[in-house]
Amino acid sequence: MVDVLNDLLTVLDSTLRLATPLLLACLAGLFSERAGIFDIGLEGKMLAAAFFSAAAAALTGSVWIGLASGIAASLALSAVHGLASITFRGNQLISGVAINFLAAGMTVLIAQSLFQQGGRTPSLSGQARFNPVDLPFAEQIETVPLLGPIYAELFSGHTILVYAALAMVPLTWWLLYRTRFGLRLRAVGEAPEAVDTAGVSVIRLRFTAVAICGVLCGIAGAYLSTGLQAGFVKDMTAGRGYIALAALIFAKWRPWYALISCLLFGFLQALALRPDLIEKYLFFKVQIQLLDALPYILTVIILAGFVGKAIPPRAGGEPYVKER
Amino acid sequence: MNIKNDIPAIELVAVSKSFGNIQANKDISVRVMPGTIHGIIGENGAGKSTLMSILYGFYKADKGEVFIAGHQTQIPDSQAAIAAGIGMVFQHFKLVPNFSVLENIILGAEDGAMLRPSLAKARESLLSLARDYEMNVDPDAIVEELSVGHQQRVEILKALYRQANILILDEPTGVLTPSEADQLFRILKRLRDEGKTIILITHKLREIMDITDTVSVMRRGEMTATVKTADTNPEQLAELMVGRKVLLRIDKSAAQPGKELLHVKNLQVTDEAGVLRLKGVSFNIRAGEILGIAGVAGNGQSELLEVLGGYRTAQGQILVNGAPIDITGQNADGQSRRKHGIAHVPEDRQREGLIMDFAAWENIAFGYHTDEKYQSGIFMNNAAIKQDASEKMQRFDVRPPNHNLTAKSFSGGNQQKLVLAREIERDPDILLVGQPTRGVDIGAIEFIHQQIMTLRERGKAILLVSVELEEIMSLSDRIAVMFDGQIMGERLPNETNEKELGLLMAGITEEVA
Amino acid sequence: MEKMPAWADVVLVPLISLLLAAAISALVIMAIGEDPVAAVKMMVSGALGSTYGWGYTLYYATNFMFTGLAVSVAFHAKMFNIGGEGQAMIGGLGVALMALFIPWPHWSLALIFCSIGGAVFGALWALIPAILQAKRGSHIVITTIMFNFMAAALLNYLLVSILRPVGAMDPATASFPEPTHLPTLHDLMMPLGIQFSKSAPANISLLLALAAAVFVWVLIWRTRLGYALRAFGHSDTAAQYAGINPVKITVLTMLISGGLAGLMAVNTTLGEAERLILNATEGAGFIGIAVALMGRSHPFGVVLASILFGFLYQGGAELALWTSIPRELIVVIQALVILFTGALDNMVRMPIERLFIALRGSGDRDG
Repeated sequence: MVDVLNDLLTVLDSTLRLATPLLLACLAGLFSERAGIFDIGLEGKMLAAAFFSAAAAALTGSVWIGLASGIAASLALSAVHGLASITFRGNQLISGVAINFLAAGMTVLIAQSLFQQGGRTPSLSGQARFNPVDLPFAEQIETVPLLGPIYAELFSGHTILVYAALAMVPLTWWLLYRTRFGLRLRAVGEAPEAVDTAGVSVIRLRFTAVAICGVLCGIAGAYLSTGLQAGFVKDMTAGRGYIALAALIFAKWRPWYALISCLLFGFLQALALRPDLIEKYLFFKVQIQLLDALPYILTVIILAGFVGKAIPPRAGGEPYVKER
Repeated sequence: MNIKNDIPAIELVAVSKSFGNIQANKDISVRVMPGTIHGIIGENGAGKSTLMSILYGFYKADKGEVFIAGHQTQIPDSQAAIAAGIGMVFQHFKLVPNFSVLENIILGAEDGAMLRPSLAKARESLLSLARDYEMNVDPDAIVEELSVGHQQRVEILKALYRQANILILDEPTGVLTPSEADQLFRILKRLRDEGKTIILITHKLREIMDITDTVSVMRRGEMTATVKTADTNPEQLAELMVGRKVLLRIDKSAAQPGKELLHVKNLQVTDEAGVLRLKGVSFNIRAGEILGIAGVAGNGQSELLEVLGGYRTAQGQILVNGAPIDITGQNADGQSRRKHGIAHVPEDRQREGLIMDFAAWENIAFGYHTDEKYQSGIFMNNAAIKQDASEKMQRFDVRPPNHNLTAKSFSGGNQQKLVLAREIERDPDILLVGQPTRGVDIGAIEFIHQQIMTLRERGKAILLVSVELEEIMSLSDRIAVMFDGQIMGERLPNETNEKELGLLMAGITEEVA
Repeated sequence: MEKMPAWADVVLVPLISLLLAAAISALVIMAIGEDPVAAVKMMVSGALGSTYGWGYTLYYATNFMFTGLAVSVAFHAKMFNIGGEGQAMIGGLGVALMALFIPWPHWSLALIFCSIGGAVFGALWALIPAILQAKRGSHIVITTIMFNFMAAALLNYLLVSILRPVGAMDPATASFPEPTHLPTLHDLMMPLGIQFSKSAPANISLLLALAAAVFVWVLIWRTRLGYALRAFGHSDTAAQYAGINPVKITVLTMLISGGLAGLMAVNTTLGEAERLILNATEGAGFIGIAVALMGRSHPFGVVLASILFGFLYQGGAELALWTSIPRELIVVIQALVILFTGALDNMVRMPIERLFIALRGSGDRDG
């Protein structure tokens, strides 16, 4: 019985850690899409942030400088996307795809140039990484049956970015539904003409949304290379940006649902790391490639609408042109 | 607020605006006194929209000045317009569909960064405004669930909430039933009596005569006249609009209907959301007869045309020449209506009737691209299509007569003529036509009406759908009114009037009334 | 009013976009400490300076022609098929199965039937995303990306566990039998008296790719299906009015697109590697996007753009060999091309439009 609890806690623990980059990227996409800008470049922004934060952390020894660099890199790519989508009214999907390739190429290029290690950064340790944080009273409560281990193992002991990501959910909700900014942001994704004729700048709102997206993707990427793992490796995002998009659609573009859908995907990814547990509890051996492909398969199933129909923001993906 | 009767609420002096070579507004000068309703009438392309855009800050005039209550005012953007007391009610509403009325009203005029206190304050203001001007609204209603008339009220309240003194309305009655239009006019008169200034932009001569105090006519970018409404009449205004005498009513020979060509029985259409859009519509049309379907947009007319046009599934029966045809089944084959001699000029030529980025010659084959005479072997015979296009464009006086130009290079009237040329030249037995003269200048309107009458004389059956009651009454042999997916009643044009039709359009039949 | 003459639209705008991409690439090269001019010289000599170089350039160009045509066909119907990579991978499976399990007496038969196998498998891999888009509105961009990942996983499993010959170390199939080997350009040019490099992989698939380009041109502009496809791409609402079935068109377009991508495997798997290996596609599916955008989705433009990218690819390989510039530079260039020709199109287009309007305005005064 204790055995089952331990296994469960291990998997759930992994779930939280794996869900964190997904959640951050998902919320990033939420802000952007709610404002009417489709962003399939979440992957590229995360990747760029992962590299630059790891590189800066490796070079300076400080993970906080790394975090700032990662965010800066992601913001730079956001600026490109914003410029293409908003100012030049270009195709938002093509812009996102281009940004993904740009990040994939540039990260390896610069990594090779800086570190000559075949496109990766050196391993990070010590202050150059985010280290686990113990929540207060974790040690004391540990011995309490059931609740103790849950608090001590599952909730405590994560890096600070995990807690930050969780805190982003209510913050996002509050921003969207309780502030003037949130009202306008939601409006600009549904009916930008209403915002424009009310004398509010559609362009400024959308760029703000794109910037928030950049910051959150930056944190997501930095977490990947300095929190979840210890350094940057080529293509380390492995499709997380797209999975975050699927989670966003699954969550019908709402913050609390986004938490649930990202936890679900995180859970799948955690399972894929422990095929032995699947064998133990489900009694059959699953091919490792199938486990790896599970998140992508689930994404397609969600998109096929077999788990409910999701209506995106009405003005999403379309550049705003004043009707005169 | 000073209501000095000699200072105009808004005055334009020599306002001009060009786009490249095209002068959209040329030397426009006009004064509108406070507490009046001033109409601006003109055809499409006369420059009304440009003028409005200047007043609302979307464009900057090249020359000229705008005076608000005697003070020269710059209007670089919408915020400045709002600050100057100008409120605009657009033809296509600028509302957020899934927000509540209250949220729509405060959008952009919120009082502070936190939402809940703003909403609470706005609620009180809104309710008192609504009371003062007798416009009832439920602040928490979701806008997309409101009727069009109610949505328009929200737009007016938006402007009043921002303390507009000058209210500009652009084609406000296009989407209203006659009784809703009456209610709107009542509100406008109330506002006028309270000292507000109203500018009504419309192409409907009737409205100008009914409600305005003064009217300006625009033609080709210039304001050709400004008169007191009481001193003029529709014919004079039409002549000022076009520059020559205009035939407002069409001469019609007596109807001599032949055998029944189209019979529709109990058509029912359910949309994707499961809502019943057509609730058992039945009618027939005989050879040489025009059946006009009157009604406000959104009551099932579009669905009716789509079903008969062969691209929407429906239950019910359609008989052509007495024989049932299947163009409504599960796999509605868009091609089959063409095989049965049904031609369709759709309501929205830009979204349905034409591919705007295709050349005119490619559009001539649109919908008929599998036609034998356009093929040579397994390939399409582009030369044959171009030849055909040339001929058709000439016969229908499409200008400029260059079949290589893309459809979007043509004016609205010429685009419509292109669609008509394509459909009518096939010598169909049955013609479906929706909103034939929407966005079309008066010259082309005459031509198009003439074409429809010619078809009628040649013994074809014509289904005419239009929201313009005048058009229906002047062209139809019989009139059926649609409301909420049903035909409320049939009348003969010379035995009825707009008031009676208006009641039917609003869903009020004798039984209910 | 047409804003700019056709030649400007088709040639000038992409050219300027390309120059911008090149300029930024030069900056990147300088930033990592290399000399852009020297780099270009090395690329030119490495890719175009010998028949060996040409052989590789044309070999890569052949790949990009197939994937570029695939993306182009879908673009005409306003669909963004990013799944070319996965479709080409699965196409490789089709080619391999045909080559391994049926004893072909002559390469011409192998070519025909392996092409069919590759095209059919590639088309099938595009089928589900197509149906999901047509019937459920699932965005084809995300589904095809997911199918790329799924193809990689599937192929990994098949090559490691199923198709690998017993005792072999590489995750790959057995080598294809001798009669299936395709003639290379060397073999084709010999009767003409031209000494083409023997070790370059360019092969008869190049001719197949050019034939595919002609096929696509005829399809799009000279057939009813092409007409319907283009009409649907411009306006799906109008297409319905015209009796064009949106589901049918979506699926047909994607099948053709997937089939073209699958044909790429004839060049790589049958023509060069002569067995199915992991990652045979090496990003060609994505370069197809850049090629389609640069070539404005026109087969002729696609062919030219493919040769350009073939040059970049082979030149990039040379750079990677002799300098510290990694192959990823090509990915960066590809990204910049996609960015400028695809997303920042208006940034180049708008000033040029204004230039033409100004030139025209000064020409006629009467208005």
